[in-house]
Amino acid sequence: MAPQTHSETAEYAADAAHSGAEGAFPPFDPTYFASQIFWLAITFGVLYFLLSRWVLPRIGGAIEERRDRIADDLDAASQMKSQADDAVKQYERSLADARARAQSVGAEAKADADASISEEMSRVDAELQAEQDEAEARIGELRQKALGELDTIAATTAVAVAQHLAGLDVTDDEARKVLAGAKE
Amino acid sequence: MADATNPIAQFEIHPVFPLKIGSLDLSFTNSSYFMVVAVALTVAGLMMAMSRRALVPGRGQSVAEMLYEFVAGMIRDTAGTEGLRFFPFVFTLFIFILMANLLGMFHYFPAPGLHGFTVTSHIIVTFALSLLVMAIVVGYGIYKNGFKFLKLFAPSGIPLPLYIIVTPVEIISFLSRPISLSVRLFANMLAGHILLKVFAGFIVMLGAAGAGYAVIGVLPFFMLLALTALEFLVAFLQAYVFAILTCIYLNDALHPGH
Repeated sequence: MAPQTHSETAEYAADAAHSGAEGAFPPFDPTYFASQIFWLAITFGVLYFLLSRWVLPRIGGAIEERRDRIADDLDAASQMKSQADDAVKQYERSLADARARAQSVGAEAKADADASISEEMSRVDAELQAEQDEAEARIGELRQKALGELDTIAATTAVAVAQHLAGLDVTDDEARKVLAGAKE
Repeated sequence: MADATNPIAQFEIHPVFPLKIGSLDLSFTNSSYFMVVAVALTVAGLMMAMSRRALVPGRGQSVAEMLYEFVAGMIRDTAGTEGLRFFPFVFTLFIFILMANLLGMFHYFPAPGLHGFTVTSHIIVTFALSLLVMAIVVGYGIYKNGFKFLKLFAPSGIPLPLYIIVTPVEIISFLSRPISLSVRLFANMLAGHILLKVFAGFIVMLGAAGAGYAVIGVLPFFMLLALTALEFLVAFLQAYVFAILTCIYLNDALHPGH
């Protein structure tokens, strides 16, 4: 160890000179046993008092505070996570709803369109049918008229032919009678 | 005083302020001085470390909290959570011994006489501390368990005739605890410091011998270097051992009968 510099303080050195207890091994020299126990009791007691009342609660408090804070933060985080999960669930639900609604709207529109198409079709069909009927009626009528006129033409033609060729004087009525007989 | 190489001189106690009460010499000595310094440094250091008390600890605060958790963990592991009621006591014991041991590692120190002193290298100090531990163990053991505390000397689960042998063994081992506890710390510190001083003395002597001897003086120097490192380890280890044995003895007071 270091060379001891007792001579630094004369008084101290003087003390050292006579307190050496003549060759006694210092740790077993009982001269200062009482002093050591006395000062140990005081210093240890003071240290215990200061640590237990002041220092250790401070350190423990800081550790506790941090532990609480971390626990709080974890709690808050898990709460936020569950909130986020709820939000996701809600979003998915509303998305599914919207999809279903869109589908029903589409189906409805399709049904509407189909209905109006078929209505239009039947209306147009009916119109066409009516026009066709009308046209057919008119054709029939014309045909009837044409056939009637055909008899007259045939009669007059027959009268004219008979007069011309045979010199026969045939009246229209006779000609018509003959024609009617010929038609049967 | 030709004790430049005397390995024993470092353990001498010298009064700084003489104080006599009756026939008792209660002088404030260099030993007392180092006790006071240990207490002052401990409290000041820990309070300075905890001054900011930040949520995210700085370096100093981390060390303080590490010491706290270290001692608390030590008690929890050996004596269970109930042992934590003794936390301030065990912490005080641990830090006081650690501080005294580490202060002893200074060769020179701003102290009376300017040289270092190891408080724990005196048997009376370590013995007083271990008696305090045993007093607390016995006192609390009887306070908490009453008569059942004596089960400590009669462990359960062995054949009846064996108690004739086991009980005296247990009693002797219990009575020898304060002795082994105090001597372990005292002897470690004493022997370590004597060894350091002896090797330091070799360096001085070889250097003084002159010529070729001075070169050989390098060898004890390296030895001294290695021993110093070892002594730092011992300083910590002995404080730890003292504290953990205290915890184990306190466990006996909390749960006698194993």
